[in-house]
Formats: sequence, C-alpha cells, structure tokens
Amino acid sequence: MSELSLPALADQITSLLGDQVVRTEIKLGELTVVLVRDGLVPALIMLRGHPDFQFRQLMDITAVDFPERAERFEVVYHLLSLKFNRRIRIKVMTDEDTPVASVTGVFSTANWFEREVWDMFGVFFAEHPDLRRLLTDYGFDGHPLRKEFPMTGFVEVRYDDEQKRVVYEPVRLTQDFRAFDFLSPWDGMARGVLPGDEKATAPQAGGNPGSKA
Amino acid sequence: MATTGITTAAAEAEAEFRIKPYTINFGPQHPAAHGVLRLVLEMDGEVVKRADPHIGLLHRGTEKLIEYKTYLQAMPYFDRLDYVAPMNQEHAFVLATEKLLGVTAPLRAQYIRVLYAEIGRILNHLLSVTTYALDVGAITPSLWGFEEREKLMEFYERVCGARLHANYFRTGGVNLDLPAGLADDIWEYTEQFPKFLDDLENLLSENRIFKQRTVDIGVVSREQALDWGFSGPMLRASGVAWDLRKSQPYDVYDRMEFDVPIGLTGDCYARYLVRTLEMVQSNKIIRQCLKEMPEGPVRLADNKIAPPFRGEMKRSMEALIHHFKLFTEGFHVPAGETYTAVEAPKGEFGVYLVANGSNKPYRCKIRAPGFAHLQGMDFMSRGHMLADAVAIIGSMDIVFGEIDR
Repeated sequence: MSELSLPALADQITSLLGDQVVRTEIKLGELTVVLVRDGLVPALIMLRGHPDFQFRQLMDITAVDFPERAERFEVVYHLLSLKFNRRIRIKVMTDEDTPVASVTGVFSTANWFEREVWDMFGVFFAEHPDLRRLLTDYGFDGHPLRKEFPMTGFVEVRYDDEQKRVVYEPVRLTQDFRAFDFLSPWDGMARGVLPGDEKATAPQAGGNPGSKA
Repeated sequence: MATTGITTAAAEAEAEFRIKPYTINFGPQHPAAHGVLRLVLEMDGEVVKRADPHIGLLHRGTEKLIEYKTYLQAMPYFDRLDYVAPMNQEHAFVLATEKLLGVTAPLRAQYIRVLYAEIGRILNHLLSVTTYALDVGAITPSLWGFEEREKLMEFYERVCGARLHANYFRTGGVNLDLPAGLADDIWEYTEQFPKFLDDLENLLSENRIFKQRTVDIGVVSREQALDWGFSGPMLRASGVAWDLRKSQPYDVYDRMEFDVPIGLTGDCYARYLVRTLEMVQSNKIIRQCLKEMPEGPVRLADNKIAPPFRGEMKRSMEALIHHFKLFTEGFHVPAGETYTAVEAPKGEFGVYLVANGSNKPYRCKIRAPGFAHLQGMDFMSRGHMLADAVAIIGSMDIVFGEIDR
C-alpha cells in the first residue's frame, strides 16, 4: 500500500485506535506510541494485520524502570514491518502489582521476552502460558534490573569443600563497592556553553586571527 | 479361558516393548550444546516431544553493569556478548550513541568499521559452519576453518591489540587508524580466501552424509520465521529477502555492492548454504572497502566526545584537560531513546539505549538475535530424532555470550 511518512503514520494510528493512544512522539526519526495498558493486545493485532502497517515482526520487548513515577515501569515493544521497512515503538506503563496483558497470542516470540522482563523487572504478564524465570539462577530472589537492586547482588556462591557442594552466602566484598561520581560540580560538559565559550562560535566581528571559526 | 490367556500374554509382550516417555537432560556441559545450554527434552523413544531450553547459565548482568559505567567504559562489554564476532556488537552500540549525540563518524572511520564488521561476519560464519559440520560428523572443516579464523584474528590483533575482545570502535569513529601495511595484508588475504571457501564447499555442500543430516531437518516456514522474530541467516534461509545492510543501511553499507543470498527450503541445509554464500559476499565487501577507503581522520575532531591525540596532549593544555575529563567523567549524552539495530552475523542485533542526559546510560537493552532463535528450538525440534536436535542447535548458530548477556 501507500508509503506513509512518520507523522502521517502516527496520525493514522491515532485515528484508528482512538482513545487507546495516550500520546505519540517522533524523536530521532523513531515513532513512539504510548498506549493505555488495556489497549495493548488489540492494538498489536491491528498493527500486525492492517494492510497499511503490516508490522509482522516483534523484535524486542523490554522494560525501563523509573522508580520516581507512580507507574514505574515502561514496557517497551519494538515492531518491525518488513513490507514498509519501518520500525515502531509501543509503550505501556505499569507498576509492580498491575499485570500487563501477554502478547504471546499475537507474536509467539513474545514468550521468552516477557519471561525475561518478568525475571528482570518483576512486571507480571497476565495469561502468559509459562511465566517462569528465564535468565537468573534457579530459586533466585528479587528482580535485578530494578533500580533499587544493588549491582553487587545479595548472594554469592562458592564450592564448599566440607559439604561437598556449592553453597550460597551473603555477598562479602573484600573491597568496598566504589561508586565514583565524576560529574563535575560546575557541569562543564553537561551545560554546553561555558562562560567564554560562546566566543568560539560567535560570528567573527573583526579579523581575529587567533579565534576558531 | 484360553483366549484371555493369549490376550494377557500379548498385552504383557506389548507392555514389555512399549517405550515409556521420559525426559533427558542435554547439557549444560555437552560439546554439541555450543556453550552452556541446558536442554530438557521430553522424549518418546528417540523422538523429541518437547524441548525446553534453560538458559541463563552464562548470565553476567551486562545490562545492569552498563548502567553503572560511562559510555566509553560500556564498550568492552559488547565484545563479550557474541565473542565470535565482537566488533559487530560494538557497531550497534556506537551507532546508537552517535544517534543520540547527533554526530556521524568521519568517512574513513565508517569504512574501517564496515571492513571490520565484515571480517567479523566471516569470523562468525567460519566458526558456525565448521563447528556445525563437526556436530553432524565432519572433523576436517573445523580444523581448516580455525586456521583461517586465526589469520583473521591476526588482523583484529594488529588493529587493536587483541584477538578477541577488540574494544576498537568508538563513539565518533574508531580508536586508531589502520597500522601501515595492514590494508595490503588484508587485501592479500581476500585474494586467497575464495579458494579456501571452494575447498570448504567441496567438503560439505555435496557431501552425502552432511546432506542426510541437514536436508529437511528443522524446517522453518516463512510465517514461522516472522512469527518467532527470526532474523539474519535464519530468516533469509526461509525465503525472506531481508538484510538490514540493504534495507536500513548504516555507515557506508549503502555504497557497497553485494548480493544477499536467500534460501528456499528453510531447513538446516539452507541455513548452511546462506552462511557459506554470505562469506563470499563479505569477502567482496572487504575488497571494496579497501579499494575505496579514503584518507582522513578516523575519529571526530570534537574533543568533547573523542579524545585528543597523544601528541597534542604533550603540548596543549586544552587537550590535556579534555583527555582527563573524557576518561574520568566521560561525555554526556542528551536525554532521549533509540533502538538501533545492525545486521550482525547472527541476525538483527539491536541496542535500545535510554539516556537521561548524564554520562551513563540510564538503560541499555541488548536485543540478541540468538535469543529469539533459541526460543524456536521447541517447535523446530518437535517430532525429530534426538540426533536431529543436535543438528538444529548447530544450524541456529548459538553463542551463549549474547543470549544470556
């Protein structure tokens, strides 16, 4: 069908999904559509099947943790349309307790990706066929990619020669965990222009031989 | 009475020969598991009923570690994902960072990156094809292939000092220019490499045993490949003409002339063929890169992102400060998010990078192609014999560094 430009695509998705869309945003040439949580599965079915979109592949599901927000997790879906050579990012928000509908019925590949998000963030997926932990150890406790989870973890393993087996112990650091904060107090690199730096880019008034263009 | 006696005897005989379904544990330490795959197989006799891969035995928390590192310090983690083709992973990360920063690398640097990405592709396919042959019973190809890989890894070593964990690509270019004479040596290598490929193909492509083990094994239809999120050779072997180097070209891939081999049957043999033919194309791209590579800088002149050269630092105070700031604080990336994918040898390798304006990534999700492929193990091996399960794992080109992250 027709090749839609990104803003046109965003408009068409908004008009088709109506109030399921919270907002759309185009940044760096990438389209993000934020949906209400309940509208996720019908929206993905529509995006997969609609002849103007044909997002036939789900490339990735992940989450991002923003602990300061009321609904702290953004669950992010990346779809790819081979037909139109286009990507789209779908987001829904959730918190620790509210489940997100599983999309395994729409894309089979969602199975492991959702298991991984459950494992790493503790986002619960409703009606997932097999929501076990995926990457962490058997019997692991906690969700490592949450921001409050310490990088060192809580337990470590070693082989105990007396018990002849691997044992779990609380993490013991021989050296304190070093979290260097190199951010400079005067924000030299963050703010961009330091006092005096504007001379470098200012239009040259006179023929000043020493100044950089 | 007599009839009942006969039926009981028959039932007993049948019970004696009936095979009970059972589960076997394949791996995590098994030479054909390509690393630390633990596969729980539910068997009916010798036929696989269900395969449940348990992964995560090599999980190192890369994504968590990256959140605690500056953008520059995060780079080496990418070598350790798919350690068979390290630079292709770095490529995705530098492209994502560059996109957020809104910079592009100098032309020469882009050529060098493409050159090394293609060397990485050959490195990967050489390992994948030859160890695959090993899985299904041929030892010679792996002996030959590893010798060739060693030569290519020497090119890695000469450019960055390490055979495996290169850490060579940088945001805004590459770390150093090619040393004198390296381009000529790579050129020389590409002249004899097709001969090696022919030899390899002579060993395998028409080999009766190899074909018996691979043809019509693990067939993936076009629909299944799309549904399961397959990419790279796994997708192309099922007849989908899709290559990110062609469809969403990055760096100088839009200038490269190459063909994309497409398989027709979607079985293990098609995947083998696609990989073998891709090596021919990679060789072609490498030659074109070397031929067209312009002179010029290999990293950005902007010292807020790329470090100044050592020589400058001896004389310029400004350069010294920049160097110090870059290697302690690192550069700041403006807030934003991007999903940037490259065509890694195994498929679409994507980096979903969320920046919050500080010197460290807020979140860095790594989308590994092998992760989606291994997930397909269950439907691909169902109804096949146990020995075919090994052939299927081999044809998926699994490396656990990237799957477990």
